[in-house]
Amino acid sequence: MKHTSTVGKTNRLVLVLLILGLSTIAFPLYLTSVIAFKQPSEMTNSISGILSLPKTWSLDNFREAMEVTNFWRSLGNSLLISVLTVGLSILVHSLMGYALGRNKAHSKFYNFVYLFIVSGMFVPFAILMMPLAKQTAELHLANWAGVIILYVVFYMPMNIMLYSGYLVNIPMALEEAAKVDGASTWTTYWKVIFPVMTPMHATVAVITALAVWNDVMTPLIIMAGSGENTLPLAQLNFQSQFGTNYNLAFASYLLSLIPILIFYLVCQKQILNGVTNGAVK
Amino acid sequence: MKNDRKRTFLLITIPILALFVCFNTIPLIRGVVYSFTNFRGFGKFDWVGLRNYIDLFSDARVGKSYLFTIKLAVVATIVVNVISIILALGLNSRIRAKGFFRGAYFLPNILGSLIVGYIFNYFFTYILPALADMVGIEALRSSILSSPSKAWIGVMIVCAWQAVAMNTIIYISGLQTVPEDVYEAGGLDGATGWKQFRHLTFPLIIPFFSINMVLCVKNFLMVFDQIMALTKGGPAQSTESISYLIYNNGMSGGQFGFQSANAVVFFIVIVIISVAQMKFTSSKEEQL
Repeated sequence: MKHTSTVGKTNRLVLVLLILGLSTIAFPLYLTSVIAFKQPSEMTNSISGILSLPKTWSLDNFREAMEVTNFWRSLGNSLLISVLTVGLSILVHSLMGYALGRNKAHSKFYNFVYLFIVSGMFVPFAILMMPLAKQTAELHLANWAGVIILYVVFYMPMNIMLYSGYLVNIPMALEEAAKVDGASTWTTYWKVIFPVMTPMHATVAVITALAVWNDVMTPLIIMAGSGENTLPLAQLNFQSQFGTNYNLAFASYLLSLIPILIFYLVCQKQILNGVTNGAVK
Repeated sequence: MKNDRKRTFLLITIPILALFVCFNTIPLIRGVVYSFTNFRGFGKFDWVGLRNYIDLFSDARVGKSYLFTIKLAVVATIVVNVISIILALGLNSRIRAKGFFRGAYFLPNILGSLIVGYIFNYFFTYILPALADMVGIEALRSSILSSPSKAWIGVMIVCAWQAVAMNTIIYISGLQTVPEDVYEAGGLDGATGWKQFRHLTFPLIIPFFSINMVLCVKNFLMVFDQIMALTKGGPAQSTESISYLIYNNGMSGGQFGFQSANAVVFFIVIVIISVAQMKFTSSKEEQL
């Protein structure tokens, strides 16, 4: 069995290379963690001074960073915006995906609406941002509510494509059976179709949540005057206050990464599935 | 019955379409309209016809931002796809703790690119020069982010660090669609190693390759967060991406009208590249 032994050897080599490669991911995170726990006095100019473990594992930097960046407030805003956007996306985009997906094959109107919205994917935010800054201010939507509305619109093309693509696999017979029982189209949708699309809801939830949680540009443009921050926006806006106190800055960075890290640890499988489905479908 | 169905579909479609038009189509049209004015973002403005577009093509700063953005997109796309394919092959081979490795290598993708940018900013400014000093590499003794000729490499590395995670996952799902017996049959014909990859594996994962190309090019052309965190367009405007320039000069630099024209051109460029890519990859896929 010479064959199997060579396979074993190459795989051990692959394993070693993969472990080495992992250091490119672990190192920046290690760097962030040790600097976040250190005191400025421990940061000597030598590389070992920066990279060594902190003398004491004090939480002072984190406490101060929370105060400086109003952490809980920003976290609350980020959560509010993400949760509402995901919830609305699932409701609104699945409905629209249903209406368009069921009709675009035999109706010119619905097919046009479908193509019209999906082609919105090509519109870069750069061309929308200046008019949107004006428009949201005019409509008194230069706040978190405006940001949510914009997200629901921005992710519509992608999500509608996903939903109507998924609908192709759901047989009409399912709806017709409910109709025979006398249910209206509206009730049939919520009672029959919406639950059947659960796997797609998960995909949409994951890709929308990740995109919204980490987005900087939309809140930067829309919420700039409202005095409120999302977690990433807070890092940007308080950058000047951190000054050269990198320990404080890194404590703040680490704090803002922790929620998404926890989310990833808990739902890693769903996230990986969701992201792959979203991209490949 | 039939009417109920028709009415319900219309009642769903009209309001949602109206929302989309209101916050996507109308701002798009307003952007195009502003591009024919000398609007500064506030106060009165005049129509200037095609003036902004003519100026755009003679504006050195705009030209520079296009060159930088395209250079970044091309190089980063190549780097990311080469690394991702190799990584995906490794992660798809028979190894221990496969699930752990896949999860760990995907991690960069879920982190916010602004924060990642700040962390790498520190790395390039303090750690890398100190390391270079220790080892004695003259070229890296000063921060690459402060050198107009090298700063783009820093931006490229940070963009790649995150994008590799996403592309690898897509390549892995591509590799999983290749049936085992293809390799067995290929093995009998002597296809192993590079030959096997070139003639068996790669042709079968071309659809996934095209997804990754489209994803990469589009994301890198619109790069913004990384610029914001790493260089703010500097030094000497050498890393000003198109999005960053439009944001910076359009929102606060008093060039609302002029940068609107820039954004319109950018939009057209994105559409042309996307359509060309789709045409190209669909013709490639048909050949198979």
